Amino acid sequence: MKLRLLLSISKTHLLSRKKQSITAAMGVMFGIGTYVIMMGFMEGLNGLLDGLILNRTPHIHLYNEVSPTAIQPIDRVSDYDQKIRFVNSIKPKKAQSKIHNALPIIDYLNRQSYVLGITPQVKVQSFYLGGSTQLNGVLIGADVEKEKSLYHLSDYILNGTVEDLTRTEKGVLLGAGVAKKLALKVGDYVQVTSKTGEIIALKIVGFFQSGMSDIDDVQSYVNLKMAQRIFGESKDYITDINIKLQDIEHAPEIAKSLSKKFAVTATDIQTANAQFETGSTVRTLISYAVSITLLIVAGFGIYNILNMLIFEKMNDIAILKATGFSGEDVQWIFMSQAIIIGLVGGFAGLCLGYGVSVIIDNTSFETPALPTIKTYPIDYSIKFYLIGVTFALISTFFAGWFPSRKALKIDPVDIIRGQ
Amino acid sequence: METILEAKGISKFFHIPDEVQVLDNVSFSMNKGEFVSIMGKSGCGKSTLLYILSTMDTDYSGELFIDQKLITGQSPNALAHIRNANIGFVFQFHYLLAEFTVLENVMLPAKKLGLKSFKEIEHDAMEKLRILGIEDQALKLSSRISGGQKQRVAIARALINHPTIIMGDEPTGNLDSKNANVVFDIFKQLTAENNLSLLVVTHDEDFAKRTDRIIQMGDGRILR
Repeated sequence: MKLRLLLSISKTHLLSRKKQSITAAMGVMFGIGTYVIMMGFMEGLNGLLDGLILNRTPHIHLYNEVSPTAIQPIDRVSDYDQKIRFVNSIKPKKAQSKIHNALPIIDYLNRQSYVLGITPQVKVQSFYLGGSTQLNGVLIGADVEKEKSLYHLSDYILNGTVEDLTRTEKGVLLGAGVAKKLALKVGDYVQVTSKTGEIIALKIVGFFQSGMSDIDDVQSYVNLKMAQRIFGESKDYITDINIKLQDIEHAPEIAKSLSKKFAVTATDIQTANAQFETGSTVRTLISYAVSITLLIVAGFGIYNILNMLIFEKMNDIAILKATGFSGEDVQWIFMSQAIIIGLVGGFAGLCLGYGVSVIIDNTSFETPALPTIKTYPIDYSIKFYLIGVTFALISTFFAGWFPSRKALKIDPVDIIRGQ
Repeated sequence: METILEAKGISKFFHIPDEVQVLDNVSFSMNKGEFVSIMGKSGCGKSTLLYILSTMDTDYSGELFIDQKLITGQSPNALAHIRNANIGFVFQFHYLLAEFTVLENVMLPAKKLGLKSFKEIEHDAMEKLRILGIEDQALKLSSRISGGQKQRVAIARALINHPTIIMGDEPTGNLDSKNANVVFDIFKQLTAENNLSLLVVTHDEDFAKRTDRIIQMGDGRILR
């Protein structure tokens, strides 16, 4: 009953000065709307950019790195411990590029609970032949079905599908840059040579375009088994093992332990792409800073309007108090107005934010980096909408709190005597 | 006779801008059904006394009893409730809420008291407006009626919670003599028919002469 009475008074106040109420609510609406749009757009872009690198980068990459022996023979002789030693022209140790015991390692990894998936690869240096021209290249023999499910390989394939590759004997997903240089199209054959000089003809089933020309100019995909067969290697010939983890955060420690356990080089994604996370964090920070500024401006708008309202309503406040309304009652009459403005403006802001997000989401955005993306990315996460409304309520609460405290403290005698 | 209002040794100082004593040991009492007027020159402290008696001003020394209960020292919320339930106000300037209709203005104190349903309150409010002869104005905005009508609305609002006492601060001060007479007649009728107690601060000698008792004030004291 009491709340209903106070609300009916604040409703009359709000409705009898519609323009100001609407202006105040619009301030909140634009604040919240901008917040939702900015966060949705920023996070969408972040997701897109992260996807560009992170989605197709294994969390841990196992391979054999070519390096000189860490402890040279002279180090083993204690006679020279106190002397200065010079060894010129140290050469790396000759080692095979395949991972020793690759199949048992894969078996072991498949049994670990922290592993989401594993893709073994055979990377072979080769040349693409176009008439008398030879182009440097890398052929990757991969389990393309797994690459598709773990690293979204199909997002980067033009004019063909992953399934085409598995179906076609001696098929290849040719790097888009290579295809352009050699003027090849789907269905054509491309000749490649292996290290040993053997020439093999592969049928083009599609193009691979990652968006990074350094990669697209050299890299092509073939089937894992095909690669092993083409180059005359056995089933255990595997040069790289890519691991995707359940939790990316554990990559560094797991990489370290795997490296120790199997005597291979293990690179984790954080070390390989350290600059990436920084970029995302800074972008998010900037969008938060801008939106919070907007909300604070909206809050000051409400503060101003309520201050003016209370100044104009001095007589009303005096008469309400004289006829038995307590200071708290009067405070809540004005607080409830602030909260109503916050709720209405906040809700309108969410609608505005969602509407503009949908428009952005349908705006054409063509990029060679992601052939499957046709429009700007938007993240519709409910999180932003909840934060937006919460912030609208908090800021309007404070914007209403201080002026309404003033209304609480107004002494009716001062007003009545002043007339 | 039953005492409805009693002031015992009430003194008050203004501290700003200078230390000035506006009320000096004021004591008086008022009986139920009495129509009392307070007269005095400007600045003699009569309005200040009324604000203290009305519980709005709490910065004084001395003791105040309404309905034989001690009012002095009660919490602001308790005082608000006393004003709501026991005291009706009529001011020189009509002090209606401009954005509300006449009917809503009359109903507000009763809604705040919350003893009756909104329907009953509305019925009561229409009844009061009818007694005061302005029921045809009930649904107009209170800013859209004449001064004399506004004062009658204010009286209706003062009556809505059946208060033990009605206080007026120059209730006819802003009205022409015709409307002032109407208001006086209404007051007189209320004391006669409903045994209401009325305490009115006024400049108007004609008005004061027709009340039951005149309290003359001067320099913060009761002269007679």
